[in-house]
Amino acid sequence: MDISNYLYLSAILFTIGAVGVVLRRNAIVVFMCVELMLNAANLAFVTFSRVNGDLVGQVASFFTMVVAACEVVVGLAIIVTMYRSRRSASIDDASLLKR
Amino acid sequence: MLIAPQLSYSLLAPILIVLGGALLGVLVEAVMKKGSRAAIQTAIALGTLVLSFAFLWKIHGQSSKTAAVNSVSIDGVGIFLQGTILILSFIAVLFIADTDNFAAQASAVPGSEDERASVLAGKQQTEIFPLTLFAVSGMLLFPIASDLITLFVALEVLSLPLYLMAGLSRRRRLLSQEAALKYFLLGAFSSAFFLFGAAFLYGYSGSMSLDGIASAISANSSNDVFLLIGIAFLSVGLLFKIGAVPFHSWTPDVYQGAPTPITGFMAACTKIAAMGATLRIFYVAFGQAEWQWKPIILVIAILTMVVGGIAAIAQRDVKRMLAFSSIAHAGFLLAAVLALNTDGLKGALFYLATYGFTTLGAFGIITLVRDSSGEVTDLNRWVGLGKKSPLAASIFTLFLLSFAGIPLTSGFIAKFSLFTGAYESGNTVVVVVGVLTSAITAFFYLRVVVMLFFTDPKNDSVSVVIPSFMTRAAIAVCALVTIVLGVAPSLLLDTAQTFATFIR
Repeated sequence: MDISNYLYLSAILFTIGAVGVVLRRNAIVVFMCVELMLNAANLAFVTFSRVNGDLVGQVASFFTMVVAACEVVVGLAIIVTMYRSRRSASIDDASLLKR
Repeated sequence: MLIAPQLSYSLLAPILIVLGGALLGVLVEAVMKKGSRAAIQTAIALGTLVLSFAFLWKIHGQSSKTAAVNSVSIDGVGIFLQGTILILSFIAVLFIADTDNFAAQASAVPGSEDERASVLAGKQQTEIFPLTLFAVSGMLLFPIASDLITLFVALEVLSLPLYLMAGLSRRRRLLSQEAALKYFLLGAFSSAFFLFGAAFLYGYSGSMSLDGIASAISANSSNDVFLLIGIAFLSVGLLFKIGAVPFHSWTPDVYQGAPTPITGFMAACTKIAAMGATLRIFYVAFGQAEWQWKPIILVIAILTMVVGGIAAIAQRDVKRMLAFSSIAHAGFLLAAVLALNTDGLKGALFYLATYGFTTLGAFGIITLVRDSSGEVTDLNRWVGLGKKSPLAASIFTLFLLSFAGIPLTSGFIAKFSLFTGAYESGNTVVVVVGVLTSAITAFFYLRVVVMLFFTDPKNDSVSVVIPSFMTRAAIAVCALVTIVLGVAPSLLLDTAQTFATFIR
């Protein structure tokens, strides 16, 4: 199978994630879309690792997973705090700072 | 047999010490009694930063080395920026330690019985200190990182604590939490772009290091599409962090919502770290491919200067105004990226240092202007402040004049040396637009000065609180640096000149 198909898939996943971030209104769904984008980058890393014939890209994808896990910790903390004080996880409700 | 890699701990010591201090701070949170934590945490944070600076001082002479298997470059620019970040975070910690700026109990719902009880009990979240140190460790790593994984990890290490810190304001907590949410979602979004770009640069060059990317570009043997995708996406991530248009929309909201000392810290130190990394990436990795990114960066630089300058005029909130001014400054700094020469680099180093001091000082003054319910950031209520407190208003004016780049302040010399570098490299357009927007921004800074001094004060409860010793010292240092570097710039400019080198 042509290896560039993996890159196309990665680009499609990244686009779906990016479009989701822009269009979805629930903070948790937005955050899941960001995770999808990170995973798209991971897929690209692993594909290029295969193309280049070394392991550096695979190592990079492990780093990404760890960082993504840290991001989940911080992100969910912020979203939960937000939900507790407003009873809503919609990012449209968070508009006090707009003038 | 497995050979352990050479890490060169002495070169990494400044970062490791700060990380160690942060971990110590976490331990203190776990084992000390509530009442004594704040003082101990302040001492740990300040001590750590001083110790880290001492270790940095030891290695400043033997610059231009790589450490940790080539994943960081300890060169002139790296050491200069690390030193600047350490000094500025020391001042920022003085502001952070000063007063009741942070939530009594971050987990309590705003307006609830829980919150009232913890305010009455005089509590305050002291986790802010270890979080600051974690952020500083990321900031120290970001400008010296010289491979894509290290860059990404450093970017996250500096960002994640900042997302939390933005949400920890004591008053107006809904605003603060909203700022944290926006900062987090947009920050995570932009780091996904950074990572995707990194993946394609790896695919293009077959190497993670900036050096390897540079040699792949000179060899020009791979697929150019990968390079273009890589440069574009990586730049989006970086430009978001420095707050360049059109990736700036988070800046005013976050600057306004975050607790003011944190805003100052973020505005000064994050910008230095992110700009340092941007300069390194564009000078070292993308320098050979300048014909591909220069036109776009030129447009972004111009847009950033113009939008930042014009939008600032319309702001009614002091913190939002400074946010747009920081966007305009990001545009000026991009001129150094375009310059691609030693003079531009020298200008950028000097600019970052002076801008850091001025910004921290300005946000320090904002923490002092209060009424009974907390800080007053509405510009209309600052009217006539010069009559109520001439000293605070004069110092704030000094900072504004430095932002505007009026002679005899450090801001003038900074802009001058930066634009000289850009002009010498033939980027006349960006220099012309830069000078013109400087004139526009000078207008709105002067408008604020007129409001402060030449308008009669309204009869309301706004006043300037008497600052504690730490805040007074911090503001005094910022003001002093702003004047001294305006009158005798060679003190720092010569240093910046010697340190303005990257190793490849």
